[in-house]
Amino acid sequence: MAPYTRGKCEVHGVRVMREFIDGATAIARGALDAGCSFFAGYPISPATPLLLHMIRELPKVGGVAVQAEDEIASISMCIGAAMAGARALTATSGPGISLYSENIGLAIMGEVPLVIVDAQRMGPATGGATTPAQGDVQFVRWGTSGGYPIIALAPSSVAECYGLTLRAFELAEHFRVPVFVLTDKEVILSMATVERSSHETPGPERATPHYAIGRVDGLPPFSPYGGPRVARFTGSSHDERGFLTKDPAQVGRLNEHLWRKIEDHAAEIELARADLQEGAKTLLISYGVTARAMAEAVRSLRAAGRPVSALTVHSLWPVPENAILDAVRGPDCHTAIERIVVAELNLGDFRREVERVVYRWAAQTRRPAPEIAGIHRLDGELITPQQFVQTIL
Amino acid sequence: MLETYRNESDYPFCPGCGHGLILNSLNQALVKLQLDPTRTVLVTDIGCHGLGDQYFVTNAFHGLHGRSVAYASGIKLANPDLKVIVLIGDGGTGIGGAHLLNAARRNIGLSVLVFNNFNFGMTGGEHSVTTPEGAITATTRAGNLERPLDLCATVAVNGAGLAWRGTAFDRDLADVMAEAIESESFALLDIWELCTAYFVTDNDFSRKSLSEVRERLGMQVGWLARAERPEFSRALRAAGAAQAGQPALRPAAIEPLGVSPLDREFRMVIAGSAGGKVRSSARLVGEAALLSGLFAAQQDDYPVTVQTGHSLSELILSPREILFTGVSRPDALIVASEDGLRAARRYLEAQSPEDWLYVSPELSGVESRARKVVLDFEAAGLRAGRKARALAMVAAALRHLDLFPLAMLEEAIWRSQRGSVAEASLKLVAASATAITEAITSAKP
Repeated sequence: MAPYTRGKCEVHGVRVMREFIDGATAIARGALDAGCSFFAGYPISPATPLLLHMIRELPKVGGVAVQAEDEIASISMCIGAAMAGARALTATSGPGISLYSENIGLAIMGEVPLVIVDAQRMGPATGGATTPAQGDVQFVRWGTSGGYPIIALAPSSVAECYGLTLRAFELAEHFRVPVFVLTDKEVILSMATVERSSHETPGPERATPHYAIGRVDGLPPFSPYGGPRVARFTGSSHDERGFLTKDPAQVGRLNEHLWRKIEDHAAEIELARADLQEGAKTLLISYGVTARAMAEAVRSLRAAGRPVSALTVHSLWPVPENAILDAVRGPDCHTAIERIVVAELNLGDFRREVERVVYRWAAQTRRPAPEIAGIHRLDGELITPQQFVQTIL
Repeated sequence: MLETYRNESDYPFCPGCGHGLILNSLNQALVKLQLDPTRTVLVTDIGCHGLGDQYFVTNAFHGLHGRSVAYASGIKLANPDLKVIVLIGDGGTGIGGAHLLNAARRNIGLSVLVFNNFNFGMTGGEHSVTTPEGAITATTRAGNLERPLDLCATVAVNGAGLAWRGTAFDRDLADVMAEAIESESFALLDIWELCTAYFVTDNDFSRKSLSEVRERLGMQVGWLARAERPEFSRALRAAGAAQAGQPALRPAAIEPLGVSPLDREFRMVIAGSAGGKVRSSARLVGEAALLSGLFAAQQDDYPVTVQTGHSLSELILSPREILFTGVSRPDALIVASEDGLRAARRYLEAQSPEDWLYVSPELSGVESRARKVVLDFEAAGLRAGRKARALAMVAAALRHLDLFPLAMLEEAIWRSQRGSVAEASLKLVAASATAITEAITSAKP
């Protein structure tokens, strides 16, 4: 090895500044930089570090953090606080999302801006408290009654924990919906090296929430309790003033609005990072911690002269349909991809979405659909770069 | 001067139902207090009474069954200046019992008006937590066998500032409500009333029955608690006030002080016992690596009960960004105790002859394909106790592996430790030199 050189480290003439932190710290900092002013949570591995961070940090910025009596109270308090004008965050693991479930529906119905971190753990019930897993992908999508759309973002690195938490707050406030940050034990508890520049982007300047209303896919104005106007909130079918109604025209419009304010804007919400290569016949798709093994596999495959394309999905919901189809069409816009491999720590939660999108596109455009395969793992171990490499055509 | 807080809509309740009486008293109380409607929130949940917020000109929140107290707590915590009034049914006090109990215990400044008609009026007259023993309901056909919950006594004994019991017919109900709402403390008013649709018809119940049942149950009327206690939403803010303005979770940026010659990913596993400072030692190595211009990643493994069994850290050091963080075969494995050995078995078995294994003297017999180095600090004249061993072994290994100058580990110690703790750590790092020299010398054939 070459000798050790002393002196400042520079990349392209810029002095390097790094940090050694975990995903929980990055999420907490993202929340604080997004202006989060309220947190309520209940201890559960592996989400507890977020409760501890917010209890310690929120008083410093004039906010309030509280350990609630249970998960139902955690999300209830967050919904109440959000309606009183706070920017609210809560964090739990899959079993806690089960207890949040009914109130997630309330937040959808009442159009409450709220960010929910789900640090996934393995298996049903208690499962593996500190075992990495990605089993809540469909659960957060369909986790409350009625079947309404939600937004869920999945960071695959500590730096993305910061950026996607900021984005989650933006989306929650803009669309007046609960937004999930779907992460796991590995991302939230592991220490990683983060370049300062990659997560120190200041949050966007924010105006007091003010939304245009009128169109069914539009966004209603937000008026907090204690503001200049009286505000009404209800979890029941309601008219535009927040009074209960059974009038089919108004009920239909409300429910269509709750659906379309997300679905009609899916293209602007969807987030994915495409790393496409000309001549690649295989497209790898992954998210969260598994996308890191994918990136490592791509690095070694290309170093060995074997072309491959990869797509890291950042918005699991809405499914980034445009990014997926762009990747399938290839960088030169005609079908180059013969095989898609979706890798995840479950038995195909997101693969079924890729199949839905790609098979529909193939049927509509009368093209042969690429083969869609999966790499799945449920033993508590991570999917390895070698597992990706073995699937390459 | 607002003469009424009611809007123009008529109540939707059954003839003879007590809900209208209670809401009229609430209106009188609000008129008496002249609260600003924009700074007053009525929080309701499920049940006929839960329709009540729609007949007032104040802010309103209508949520899920039994959770009104939790929503109201969130509203109050976010803005302690708001007057938050909860309208809850006896059904809600059952399903939301935990919220009620904890709100009382915290003494958060909510006024909870319980519309207690002893049954679920909205869903068909099923029994609730307050249904008197013997009462006939849709779900207690032979008479209720469950003892009714004494709401007032429960919240009073658990810290509520105010607790009062009476009926919807009481002439002083509006005044009692006004006192409760004006108070800064948690207040619960257990207001007994008639459900003419079910409970009255099923039990031949009347206004007179209210006092008969109460006497039979031995439940007190009037104020059961009437004192101001520190209010939670303000107390919580006051407790955090000293920290206001402090920088929140700002980056502790590490500026590399040099460039390590390491040209590949180097994987290290440190395994020891809980309480043996394994994770903090690994973290120091990670920070030292960053100071040396490297990237580092660390993940820890330990049992659910954190003060017993093993503690293990996987570390990856690399000249480039680390993507995949799994470690199956460590380039260097440091085992500081029997607990650590048990947890490190799979790494031990995965190691090859070109890898390194560092063990404490009692583990010197462990079989391994890797090159083994026994680190005996006592022989080297250093007292490295249980808590110091991991750091001492890590320092010795780093000195041996020469991934970066040990000065970087010393710098990392200075950055995260203070005073005598830092000095003790630095002493270990310095002394590790002798231990590793002796270990290597004695290992030579």
